[in-house]
Amino acid sequence: MTMTATLVYLDVLPAEGLRKPQLDLLAAGRILGPVSAAVATPPSDAVVQQLGEHGVETVYTPDESDLSSYLVAPQAAWLAAVAAVAQPGAIVLDNSFEGKEIAGRLGVRLDAGVITDVVALEADGTAHKSVLAGSYEVSAKATSPVAVFTVKPGAAEAAAAPAAGSPTVTTVEVPQGAFAHAARITGRTDRPRSGRPELTEAAIVVAGGRGTDGDFGPIEELADALGAAVGASRAATDAGWISHDFQVGQTGKTVSPQLYISAGISGAIQQKAGMQTAKIIVAVNSDPESPVFEIADFGVVGDLFKVLPQATEEIKRRRA
Amino acid sequence: MGDTLKIVVLVKHVPDAQFDRHIGPDRTLERSESILSELDEYALEAALQLSEARGGEKAGNQVIALTMGTADAANALKKALQIGASSGVHVTDEALAGSDAWATSLVLAAALRAIGDVDLIVAGMASTDGETSLVPAQLAERLGLPQLTFASSLEVEGRTAVIRRDGGTTSDTVEADLPAVVSVTDQINEPRYPNFKGILAAKKKKIATFSLADLGLDAGQVGSAGALTRVEQAEPRPARTAGTIITDEGDAGVKLVDFLAAQKLV
Ligand SMILES: Cc1cc2nc3c(=O)[nH]c(=O)nc-3n(C[C@H](O)[C@H](O)[C@H](O)COP(=O)(O)OP(=O)(O)OC[C@H]3O[C@@H](n4cnc5c(N)ncnc54)[C@H](O)[C@@H]3O)c2cc1C
Repeated sequence: MTMTATLVYLDVLPAEGLRKPQLDLLAAGRILGPVSAAVATPPSDAVVQQLGEHGVETVYTPDESDLSSYLVAPQAAWLAAVAAVAQPGAIVLDNSFEGKEIAGRLGVRLDAGVITDVVALEADGTAHKSVLAGSYEVSAKATSPVAVFTVKPGAAEAAAAPAAGSPTVTTVEVPQGAFAHAARITGRTDRPRSGRPELTEAAIVVAGGRGTDGDFGPIEELADALGAAVGASRAATDAGWISHDFQVGQTGKTVSPQLYISAGISGAIQQKAGMQTAKIIVAVNSDPESPVFEIADFGVVGDLFKVLPQATEEIKRRRA
Repeated sequence: MGDTLKIVVLVKHVPDAQFDRHIGPDRTLERSESILSELDEYALEAALQLSEARGGEKAGNQVIALTMGTADAANALKKALQIGASSGVHVTDEALAGSDAWATSLVLAAALRAIGDVDLIVAGMASTDGETSLVPAQLAERLGLPQLTFASSLEVEGRTAVIRRDGGTTSDTVEADLPAVVSVTDQINEPRYPNFKGILAAKKKKIATFSLADLGLDAGQVGSAGALTRVEQAEPRPARTAGTIITDEGDAGVKLVDFLAAQKLV
């Protein structure tokens, strides 16, 4: 099997060490071949060592230019400059808005085919993804000399390389003019954190919709009993009952947890788009005709305000 | 020109997601029962609001709907004209079938150059069929314009556009000088419906049609011939079959936990 030299893009690296999703992304890159990493901020020695443990052979960093106060354009320009040095056959980015947009721009700069929303990669460069709101599974390949992939969380599991290396760190200058037509980030506020697992990474999601009538208490209590993330339908986020950050669906987050518990959500196509690849779906809805029951592995026709608290109590009782 | 804006809204004619959508034996999407992509309605609304705040068409503002696609795709333009766009531009050519994002952005960039003097290009956050969100960023790259994407709010003051962009961990204010490429989310506004007056008015509005040759493009650069990605296989996801459905008789919460326990989820 031919191995493809692969460049993995990691944006901001925490000084204390890479985050799990970043290590998973490196593992995804290693499926294709030997990996180097392009990191947008100069990494600490500890981080370089950790990158070596995860199979990275070369680390590329920008000169002191600050890329972080511009929206994606300079990152793409810099990454194209790194690609000119590293000559990769594949470039792997995360599937965030930024990841996809940098990938798109690289596609133009390198005349490279871009495949987004990848859930699995094969050594020959075949990428798997679901399309049409999760109703089809496709495998696709880039036909260009360089392939660009944006990879979703969970596509590969982080693992230390068989032999840890000590990567060389190479500085690549940000090309002249990279900032010329870039939009400036002039303000940034941190979004409130819930203290619960990250929605897109959680093994279990409990989601509520219009049927909660604004009271997410039963949803949150069941989520906490299960160590789950909380999700919501657009009806619930539009009503202002819960932040848009928690919306699952076409215009919210796409989740593929082990278990998705849907309560007071009818199951519109746009909601299904974000959750129908969950391994197991449980639905609680008072309307037996609700379309969510067509995709539920276990459904309860009933009042969520009765069923959910009882389930929460039962889980606590069994644990005790 | 002073305070007025020439805005181009990118619209796409896509299969209606309310019906089953299918990938055909040639591994491309079957284009039946198509509509104006719902996510583009937010882009059109944002453009109309900017135009109206400056006195609308009468004051010299323009909202031009631009699409690339088969003859049928003119229906997406007609809908946009009924909702309130001032004119339409349709790039159509048989060679375009099977275009990926790379080719789509190539063609749209050429069309935008042909339209000329555009202040603002507004797109939806994704198409509801391809769902890649690549085209706005690729257009910005090709045209050398700043990109202000995934906007949940948009303001234009003089020659500066400012958006709010809500990311995973932060909410950012991003700004750039015009001309710029903007994409908007469904959080930005509440799109209007076409009214009777709009439907009548649309009949008098013009749609200009361009072929690839008109834009100076070669058929080999676009469509399946020019695509840089290839779908190898496409399989319908096995339909999820309904499992056990019970009606609560006072103990469904316990039964729910029994089910989770049987699945080793608690
Ligand atoms: C462009 C576009 C994008 C969209 N994107 C998304 C998206 O990303 N995510 C999304 O979710 N939607 C999205 N939508 C909206 C989607 O079409 C639906 O309108 C939405 O999902 C409905 O939310 P819901 O199921 O909570 O509300 P409803 O459809 O009103 O359903 C509420 C359900 O609660 C049940 N119920 C009521 N009371 C109780 C009770 N006490 N106990 C149990 N059940 C009860 C009812 O029987 C009903 O089935 C989008 C729409 C458009 C046009």
